[in-house]
Amino acid sequence: MKSEFNPPIGQIIQINGQCISLIGNDIDTDRIIPARFLKCVNFDSLGESVFADDRKNLNGKHPFDLEENKNASILVVNSNFGCGSSREHAPQALLRWGIKAIIGESFADIFYSNCIAIGIPCFTLAKELIHKIQKNKNDKYLFLEIDLKKSLAKSKDLNFHLDIKESSRKMFLSGEWDATSTLLENGNLIEKKLTQLPYIKFNTKLL
Amino acid sequence: MSQDTLLDKVWDLHKVSRLPGGSDQIFIGLHLIHEVTSPQAFGALKDKNLKVKFPDRTVATVDHIVPTDNQSRPFKDNLAEQMIETLEKNCLEHKIRFFNIGSGNQGIVHVVAPELGLTQPGMTIACGDSHTSTHGAFGSIAFGIGTSQVRDVLATQTIAMNKLKVRQIWCDNKLSKGVYAKDLVLHIINELGVKAGVGFAYEFAGPAIDELSMEERMTICNMSIEGGARCGYINPDEKTFSYIKDKLCAPKDEHWENALKWWKSLKSDENSIYDDLIKIDASKIEPTVTWGITPGQSIGINQQIPLLDELSPNDKLVAEEAFEYMNFKQGQSIKDIPVEVCFIGSCTNGRISDLRIAAKVLKDKKVSKNVKAFVVPGSERVANEAKREGLDQIFKDSGFQWREPGCSMCLAMNSDKLIGNQVSASSSNRNFKGRQGSPNGRTLLMSPAMVAAAAINGKVSDVREFIN
Ligand code: SF4
Repeated sequence: MKSEFNPPIGQIIQINGQCISLIGNDIDTDRIIPARFLKCVNFDSLGESVFADDRKNLNGKHPFDLEENKNASILVVNSNFGCGSSREHAPQALLRWGIKAIIGESFADIFYSNCIAIGIPCFTLAKELIHKIQKNKNDKYLFLEIDLKKSLAKSKDLNFHLDIKESSRKMFLSGEWDATSTLLENGNLIEKKLTQLPYIKFNTKLL
Repeated sequence: MSQDTLLDKVWDLHKVSRLPGGSDQIFIGLHLIHEVTSPQAFGALKDKNLKVKFPDRTVATVDHIVPTDNQSRPFKDNLAEQMIETLEKNCLEHKIRFFNIGSGNQGIVHVVAPELGLTQPGMTIACGDSHTSTHGAFGSIAFGIGTSQVRDVLATQTIAMNKLKVRQIWCDNKLSKGVYAKDLVLHIINELGVKAGVGFAYEFAGPAIDELSMEERMTICNMSIEGGARCGYINPDEKTFSYIKDKLCAPKDEHWENALKWWKSLKSDENSIYDDLIKIDASKIEPTVTWGITPGQSIGINQQIPLLDELSPNDKLVAEEAFEYMNFKQGQSIKDIPVEVCFIGSCTNGRISDLRIAAKVLKDKKVSKNVKAFVVPGSERVANEAKREGLDQIFKDSGFQWREPGCSMCLAMNSDKLIGNQVSASSSNRNFKGRQGSPNGRTLLMSPAMVAAAAINGKVSDVREFIN
């Protein structure tokens, strides 16, 4: 757990950091943050509870507990990461632990959009390369420099292209990933849409 | 790219604009909220000094944290009490309609909205909950969102989203006796895998789907998300319309006629184009049970748990993890595995028809003395109807505990939890590690009828032996 938490704001163009690998397919959001930690009215204390049960079972050997990963910020995962519940508590917990970007074989849909909405870029990468990073033994601390403009990742001896949805990439570069203000700009169009929807007229009993 | 499917039509209708990044701004017709994923969203509104744009398009209830034994206030659990108070306060402040405990309309959000007639064809529906896909059973486009998007819907009634691709899952023939919607959807997830639906909406169609009641259709759409699809839907038909008719919030009188006319125009065209098509033969499906730690790891009741060598390299990795966690053996048969806890409830299978089916199996039978069994109705309406029909008494006589409505041991945020490595037979939707409240607890998903059969025998059983 990092002592100070500064949420991402504005443009996200470059992310430099140490990788932390978490091996396994279909890691669900119940595992990322078990339900008992959802009893909260803000996200502040979630960082310490990330992967609580997995970590307890591994008794200090979980990647999120290893001393060498203390300062890591780029999470490297396998396929269908973040499946299951829509709880934003999961990426919020990762963010508060110190994760700034995730590279994986694939991500579950809701988890992916939650990450984008809170400023964690998620990149996909071919399985072989992911395995290569996850098994990186000769260099214990793999540092990556991720450039969102070029969708490139660089390290001492690895250079590779990262995939990210074009709409997400643009939002990070422009700083519009925090969508509320962009959506609000279309206030007039929203009002107009309301009048165009057939069901608004016949649902007189909705309220 | 799909064309002229229901998804295309509803998407186009609700599209407000194309955003600079290339995703669409989509209007949300109905927004449902509950206590767990909304407080931070209201907090963010406050921070940004924003108001709720259309308070009458949002409806709230409380479900995840509510105790199902003693519901008197304040709740024994301080944190749970704090969460319900926060929701009460937020709804009051922002003038949002809130179905609280005791209102007669409280319950699991995905049970409540359909039974009140709030869920209707052609709408977009969003909720900070992944099982929002349930509402697709009515021909709405419904999906789960995270808390930041809940904030966006509150503030703007819209979200930014990329359009989904559409996969039609055509279900041929009919389910055989003793085989239910739950078995069908577990089978589909097993066939396609838990991540096949990523980026897709699932359109369920075909004779086996037409045959299903609205409540069974909800069970199918509910678990789209377990197959990776954020949204699942079924084209509306006469069953859909007659289910909605006369519900509390359904259109009335001349509005009903207008609604009906519009709804009838809403379905995928005969020659619509899909991004993908899959066929399933429903008649071949057996009562289905999960054996692992993802909803895709399931088998028919008469089958054996697979051997690792039979599996693809990808499935193998998760299967190895499942064997270690579940402590079952390769090639072991699923039938006769002892169960210690039996749970009937959840937004997948906590509706009145689920309770009727389970009660029919349990009538004049006793729950095995080694089993703790309880039933949690999906809503106050379900509970009241069950009492009216005397189902609560059948459950109690058999040895089931009869509880108050809520999510309960589906996710174990209240005091109902597995202990240690107990095995539960559960009518819910997720068998993830630790899902039912114990970090080592083991969940076997199955239909409510199968849970009832397991409760009687104290082990996984074929419900077809109980019904003739
Ligand atoms: S019943 Fe279970 S899956 Fe459904 S909303 Fe409640 S916790 Fe979620």
